[in-house]
Amino acid sequence: MNAPAAGTAPLVRIRGVRKSYGDHEVLRGIDLDVRPGEVVVILGPSGSGKSTLLRCINHLEALNAGSIRLGEEQIGYELRHGHLHRLPARAIARQRSRIGMVFQQFNLYPHMTVLENIVEAPVGVHGRDRAEAEAHAMELLGRVGLRDKAGAYPRQLSGGQQQRVAIARALAIRPELILFDEPTSALDPELVGEVLATMRDLAGQGLTMIVVTHEIGFARDAADRVVFMDGGVVVESGPPGEVLVDPKHPRTRAFLARFI
Amino acid sequence: MSGGRPFAGDDPEVRLRDVAHARQPVRWGTGLLWAVTLAAAAGIAWTVARNPNFEWDVVAQWFTAGAILRGLSVTLGLTVVSMLIGTALGLLLAVARLSADPLPRTLSGLYIWFFRGTPLLVQLIFWYNLSTLFPTLSIGIPFGPELASWKTNDLITPLTAAIAGLSLNEAAYMAEIIRGGLLSVDRGQYETAEAFGMTRWRALRRIIIPQAMRSIVPPTGNQLISMIKATSLVSVIAMGDLLYSAQAVYNRTFEVIPLLIVAVLWYLLITSILNVGQSAIERYYARGERGAPGRAVRATADAASAGDVR
Repeated sequence: MNAPAAGTAPLVRIRGVRKSYGDHEVLRGIDLDVRPGEVVVILGPSGSGKSTLLRCINHLEALNAGSIRLGEEQIGYELRHGHLHRLPARAIARQRSRIGMVFQQFNLYPHMTVLENIVEAPVGVHGRDRAEAEAHAMELLGRVGLRDKAGAYPRQLSGGQQQRVAIARALAIRPELILFDEPTSALDPELVGEVLATMRDLAGQGLTMIVVTHEIGFARDAADRVVFMDGGVVVESGPPGEVLVDPKHPRTRAFLARFI
Repeated sequence: MSGGRPFAGDDPEVRLRDVAHARQPVRWGTGLLWAVTLAAAAGIAWTVARNPNFEWDVVAQWFTAGAILRGLSVTLGLTVVSMLIGTALGLLLAVARLSADPLPRTLSGLYIWFFRGTPLLVQLIFWYNLSTLFPTLSIGIPFGPELASWKTNDLITPLTAAIAGLSLNEAAYMAEIIRGGLLSVDRGQYETAEAFGMTRWRALRRIIIPQAMRSIVPPTGNQLISMIKATSLVSVIAMGDLLYSAQAVYNRTFEVIPLLIVAVLWYLLITSILNVGQSAIERYYARGERGAPGRAVRATADAASAGDVR
């Protein structure tokens, strides 16, 4: 882990974020900063709002209140002449193109080969040269150990292989930030390890990552900071050595007790 | 395999019981059914072929006659053009119908409701007689000045009326087929395309529509075949399609049955060709599906390369 310098400005600034579905308030005022190069692991019981928070960061879900900033820009909105304006769909798409995402269900494009999956966004959204994008894709496939699968279709791969392709696809857009939404939850137990190994590898390379997971081991090994959420609020946050070893809050202790 | 004894060794009973060498049971009932069915089919074919009332020589004489081939080309041309316009318009209607904005959703719903709810024959007659409703057609600003204007009778020929009638009607049906196809694609695919910064149209074109095609193609094949036969309705507005041309001939020669057979054979021939085309398209869009012929990849080859990452 390359612990980021404490002085650098945050890449992601989340302030007072609230989100409701009907009468049910899923996020009840979240504040969180993520610095460039930092690996933040969000833990918490099911229904604690951690996946929703992740989906708010790239505006797959709209906020009801609060703000999320990525660098200088506010996600989904723009401050002009002292007033906040909602951005048009095209501008939101451009903001999203700076953020990579890895989904629980992999969500590879089933009608495209592995290579086509990876170069789709770099070529189609970022306008990169196809040959250059393909070379980069092959390099990334090498990094996730799947160089020989470039011509395969997703259904011909195991879950673990699919998720590693999905990680390569997220890296291919050269994102400023990658979001992992429970990347190992849909995998058979024996395939979890290979995906976590890939993610650990990335965490060591200075990528900014926000990971929602149930893998305490990954949080302990790879996180710079662990955020524990419950009931739509951040209960506790700090280095894994503190939060996981000596949790301050009883709810964190109760949650961790189930894994020991 | 208990006790570590090698499978199917020299034990004669184990070898005898190996299902790989089992004989198939003789299925007398099935064989009999085949024989009876084939005999009946041959009998019917023989009777039809030898029945002088079918006048096969007349069928042969007219099958490739100029009048019939001209009618055939009208049928094919109308089908292709109307289907293309109908599909393009149907796609727009389907997307509008799935829009979050109630205005396009309602307009699209009304369109589909009207064009599916009225007989095609009546629609064709209305288009053909549009000039009795609107003697002139013009483009302009509503309640403002006119920019251009035409006499309806100059615009609406039998051909344009037929294309308008067939394609606008087809669009309503295609809209529902395409909407069903778009809805059949996993929601996660829309989300992924969004998360990677694709615009709505790009996501549709690159991600959603290619996957929706698997459920769009089979009913579209159905529509295309219905369309070929629906073109015979245009004879009411004096378009010389295949059936109309056959009718024109037998009105002169009174060889009604043979000429209808000529038309039927042509319809069957076109439909057969379309079926072959449809299978090819279905195979194309099934790529990446389990069991689809794709590039061969060893099924479980990668247990080792998983370790490469570490």
